[in-house]
Amino acid sequence: METGFLTFFLINLAKVIVVVVITLMSVAYTVLLERKLVGRIQNRWGPSRVGPFGLLQPLVDGAKLFLKEDLMPEAVYRPLYILAPMIALSCALMSVAVVPFGADVKWHGVDLFQIADLNIGLLIILGITSIGVYGIALSGWSSNNKYSLLGSLRASAQVISYELALGLSLVGVVMRAGSLRLRDIVGVQAPHGLLSWNFFGGFQFVAFFIYLMAAYAETNRSPFDLPEAESELTAGYHTEYSSMKFAMFFMAEYANMITVGCVATLLFFGGWTSPFGNLLPTFGGIFVQSLLPVFWFVAKVFAFLFLYVWVRGTLPRFRYDQLMGFGWRFLMPLAIANIVVTGLWMGLRLPMQ
Amino acid sequence: MVPIAYYLVLSGILFSIGVAAFLIKRNIITVFMSIELMLNAVNLTFVAFSRYWSQAQYRLNPTNYLQVNGQIFVFFVMVVAAAEAAVGLAIIIAIFRARNTLNVDQIDLMKL
Amino acid sequence: MHLALFIIFGGLCVAGALNLLLQRHPINSALSLIVVMSSLAVLYLLLGAEFLAAAQVIVYSGAIMVLFTFVIMLLNAGKEERTHGSKMAYVAGFPGAAILLSLLTYIFLSHRAAFDQAGLDDKFVTGTSALSAVLFSHLLLPFEVTSVLILIAILGAVALARKEH
Repeated sequence: METGFLTFFLINLAKVIVVVVITLMSVAYTVLLERKLVGRIQNRWGPSRVGPFGLLQPLVDGAKLFLKEDLMPEAVYRPLYILAPMIALSCALMSVAVVPFGADVKWHGVDLFQIADLNIGLLIILGITSIGVYGIALSGWSSNNKYSLLGSLRASAQVISYELALGLSLVGVVMRAGSLRLRDIVGVQAPHGLLSWNFFGGFQFVAFFIYLMAAYAETNRSPFDLPEAESELTAGYHTEYSSMKFAMFFMAEYANMITVGCVATLLFFGGWTSPFGNLLPTFGGIFVQSLLPVFWFVAKVFAFLFLYVWVRGTLPRFRYDQLMGFGWRFLMPLAIANIVVTGLWMGLRLPMQ
Repeated sequence: MVPIAYYLVLSGILFSIGVAAFLIKRNIITVFMSIELMLNAVNLTFVAFSRYWSQAQYRLNPTNYLQVNGQIFVFFVMVVAAAEAAVGLAIIIAIFRARNTLNVDQIDLMKL
Repeated sequence: MHLALFIIFGGLCVAGALNLLLQRHPINSALSLIVVMSSLAVLYLLLGAEFLAAAQVIVYSGAIMVLFTFVIMLLNAGKEERTHGSKMAYVAGFPGAAILLSLLTYIFLSHRAAFDQAGLDDKFVTGTSALSAVLFSHLLLPFEVTSVLILIAILGAVALARKEH
């Protein structure tokens, strides 16, 4: 049944607005989650004064960042100085466009829980990550500051090195699904609940850990956050940024974390399928049945954000040469070995042709 | 519906702008980038022709008609362009270390 | 709709290419080339080549142009000076390129009916499996040879760009 162009356009516009608003609010509350969790790990309360349990803290932080003075140093190269945080933030938000949040429910012929259902969805996420390097590289160079330039070159070298391990670790998942489409990849993990998820039944646990470590390095988070830690290189590539532009970098980092969590749940933990599979009887009407997968998806992404912050609060930082050696000499060969082993396993399992 | 000839004309325009940039510019990195532009223009031609051949084949045999030869060629051109860019930029860095300039008119003699 | 998308992204391609020609500082030329390559990726999508569109973004815009940007930033190439090249380039180069371009445009546009129209058809979208079916069966040897080629290029680049001690 053909949907009219206007219906298609309006429903997609509504989806985009809802997803962007929810993502930005999640970014704000992820910052609060991090501060509270790191505080608890360090045996102190996190922010707890503003609102009950500190829940209004992100709003107050946002107001503070808006009201700070927006400095623009004289000698920066203006077009790139203003463009770089925009590139970083828009790339972080664009990845959410291909992520399916829930089951395939169509309304007026338009898929309700995914903005863009592309045949090459996984490659789009990799491509957007590749473009995100420019935000880092151009910000350091345009700041006209030696420390910023060095910090940004280190950070971009780190990002492009770990992009390889990231991409290679996903090949095992793609081999099992036979397609690059994210709904197909989740569909392969749907039949038997927990056991058919790629982490357990698909035997991609090595690939999962490679993906996790590469993703931590891609998003410049602990323990790989040398280029942007405050005590190193005078805060690295966002030294010269203040108020709104700094807030854009900050939001981009947390939005990237959320994207990594979404992709990890889709690829390794069954996306929106429940771990019980078909054991529980289906209950509730069409509303509950559509929203229950979204609930599972959000729960899993939250577990990943928890893991991110837990690792940040626990592990010390890598030195830069240790970091690069780890990426090139350990993760990449391990990812290639994973591809070979997965290929062998699939070849021996299927009937010979 | 866009006639495929328009894609070919666009790729011709991009190629000629690449040639013009190659001849005018005096910075060696910009000259190298214009070579990449020319390669991209040729890639567009290959993909346009691959689409044309698929459509022509569809009229002869509606069951098995996809022609991907043009796209395979583009794949190989991309790979070779990546290798060439890496080696070319390494050569440019070596030249910069020796002559300390990036202007093509000052590095066009083998002996200073 | 297809025509509107083609005009927008084709126009972006030409604008980016002209900007590469007209800008003085190499970093601006590099950024315009990134715009050209991303617009070309959209044009590949319009022609149904979806894997190539993704590969164009990942390989060209996301890796090769990052390499160019790094080199421009590291070598700190300043604004260009206006020295003149050989006269032969201006005398024979531009008229030759212009003649070639007008000849090609004339031939293509006069035969545009023979070349057919391309629309946003689902039938002509070539999936990744079609490409890999050819690449891993008929063209397995060139595929492996290109991987050896990239290995040699990496070794060569590292050897050429290393500091002499």
